[in-house]
Amino acid sequence: MKSTSWVIAGLSSVLLAGTAGAATLDDVRAKGELTCIVNTGLAGFAAPNDQGVWSGFDIDYCRAVAAAVLGDSRKVGFVPSTTAERFTKLRAGEGEILSRNTTWTFSRDVDLQQTFVGVNYYDGQGFMVPASLGVTSATQLDGASVCIQTGTTTELNLAEYFSLNKMKYEPVPIATNAEAQSNYLAGRCDVYTTDASGLAATKVAFDNPNDHVVLPEVVSKEPLGPVVRHGDDQWADIASWTLKAMMVAEELGITSQNAEKMKNSENPEIRRLLGVDELQGVSALGLSPDWAYNIITQVGNYGESFERHLGKSTKLGLSRGINALAKDGGLHYVPPVK
Amino acid sequence: MAPQRSQSARGYVATVSLPALPPPIGTSGLTGWMRQNLFYNLTNSLMTIFTVVLIWLLFSSASGWFVFDAVMQAGSKQECLKIDSGACWAVIGKRIEQFMFGFYPEAERWRPLVCFLLLFVAIGPLLLPSFPARRQMLWFSAFYPVLTGVLLLGGAFGMPPVKTALFGGFMLTLIVGVTGIAASLPLGILLALGRQSKLLAVRTLSVMFIEFMRGVPLITLLFVASTMLNYFLPPGTHFDLLLRVLIMVTFFSAAYIAEVIRGGLQAIPAGQYEAAQAIGLNYWQTTRLVTLPQALKISIPGIVNTFIGLYKDTTLVIVIGLLDPLGIGRAALADANWNGLSNEIYLFVALFFFVSCFAMSRYSLWLEKRLATEHR
Repeated sequence: MKSTSWVIAGLSSVLLAGTAGAATLDDVRAKGELTCIVNTGLAGFAAPNDQGVWSGFDIDYCRAVAAAVLGDSRKVGFVPSTTAERFTKLRAGEGEILSRNTTWTFSRDVDLQQTFVGVNYYDGQGFMVPASLGVTSATQLDGASVCIQTGTTTELNLAEYFSLNKMKYEPVPIATNAEAQSNYLAGRCDVYTTDASGLAATKVAFDNPNDHVVLPEVVSKEPLGPVVRHGDDQWADIASWTLKAMMVAEELGITSQNAEKMKNSENPEIRRLLGVDELQGVSALGLSPDWAYNIITQVGNYGESFERHLGKSTKLGLSRGINALAKDGGLHYVPPVK
Repeated sequence: MAPQRSQSARGYVATVSLPALPPPIGTSGLTGWMRQNLFYNLTNSLMTIFTVVLIWLLFSSASGWFVFDAVMQAGSKQECLKIDSGACWAVIGKRIEQFMFGFYPEAERWRPLVCFLLLFVAIGPLLLPSFPARRQMLWFSAFYPVLTGVLLLGGAFGMPPVKTALFGGFMLTLIVGVTGIAASLPLGILLALGRQSKLLAVRTLSVMFIEFMRGVPLITLLFVASTMLNYFLPPGTHFDLLLRVLIMVTFFSAAYIAEVIRGGLQAIPAGQYEAAQAIGLNYWQTTRLVTLPQALKISIPGIVNTFIGLYKDTTLVIVIGLLDPLGIGRAALADANWNGLSNEIYLFVALFFFVSCFAMSRYSLWLEKRLATEHR
């Protein structure tokens, strides 16, 4: 009897201990590499390029964390993950950060023992229809068949929007964006709905992009951001302030090009961010004084990363819109670096 | 033209046999074949003409897209469209190395390549009885898995270590497929024998294993391998994802192989067992010398069928985020440069799988013929 209960106690402690106990920062330092859970492929956000190097907006964030923690933005490994198993992978310890265009919602933040550390992209769900349908507003979509990716928040948003407006629709479930694209083009559905950024990426890949219109309605809030495991506040702070440092750098006009020169700036906030003057708490966080300098010189500020992967010069051609800094009329308002 | 009669008095009989006339034109050679097979009667002729027209239409419309209007060299889909209207094979050209090796470091790619070439040296003696120095080479075959492991993973003999997370593309398909096939056959044989065993414990365990593995879809087992196992292992243990997948795939396939071989074992007449016992062979001798060789021969089509199924099922690893050729293809589609080229990419991957599966099925046919000893 006694020995059985010991075995059970031992087993359960093994099971309960999980992976949350150890300090994530020490693990990463010991490995010498950050592991980032990313999308298996989403235009602009994460995809391997022709040389087999991962690049994209979500990838840049991972590189920034590696630069802050290890001083080298190249010391990061990527674990591609599908929508369905991204959270399980994070909790199972297959990566320290989940940077995979993940919508921040109440239940995801609370239920699943994970922590959202910020928003790197404000998205919202939109609709695309063939121009030949003559539809100009989403309220005219009663009875339409809709291509929709399963396992995402868009599914729920769609149902809620249509029932709120007392309209009916016929869902055509789809697994990936590429699949949705071909189904929509083949006319298997009248409407394709996903995040507005995804619609832009899809539309630009069409042979005749002008034959399709994105309707003006944005029917949901989709704040996308990186996620870390619950229970390691130090690591969550590092993840959170890496993102903020990129935004602050843009706010202060520090770019990857001028960061070196900016070290001579008179502005105390710039001097603190770049590690010229002391920033209270950096060492307590376990980072070196040049953490933000490394991020900015090796990856760039938030605006640079945006323009490189999503902005007007790219094939996606997204405008900053609500993703501009607060001082430019957008939503990114960052606490001061003091 | 009747043969001329001899005018001499000695008789009317020809002294030499006349040379055979050629068969009438139209019953032999190409014309004959065509008449026999393509234009035998009116319906047959109409069908032939109809089929030829259909093939021509298909070919002429498809060849433009496939070959004549296709673009081999370009930097993006948009560039392709500017050059010509056909297939944009440039995407395959630009990403062929990713399709082959995944994210395996460029400087180390000779290692998987060597492994691939040695694979033929290793399976040659197993598959072909006429292989030179077969007995000695079989030792190499036995040693091959270790050699591959060392070569691919590195970390020994001055080769830098490569993490399995970087494995991908056809290389990954081959690793999962070949390991699954090679490891599941012996395991499957043991399970099949176990299921027929007179020992209760062995039989029960075998039945439980087989029925459980067959009762669960492979995709579920892959999810278990990818996520569940991590919860059950003590913290801090690193159990490689690829290894977990290999084990699951092997178990899954072994259960099917076991059932195929059990079918073969049951087809063997009881007289064979009795005869073996009568000459004093024990269980293992009976199995090794009498029943198993016959059972395996009967099961060849079923075994190869299972292997082909397993090989194609390796594409399922995409659901747990491993990038096999299909995954690499999808990732290429997510690159803004190549977005929308699904036809080209899926056709290319399909071609790869067709070639390898067709080769396997041809080999099995050849093997069946070679081993055919019955009087039919």
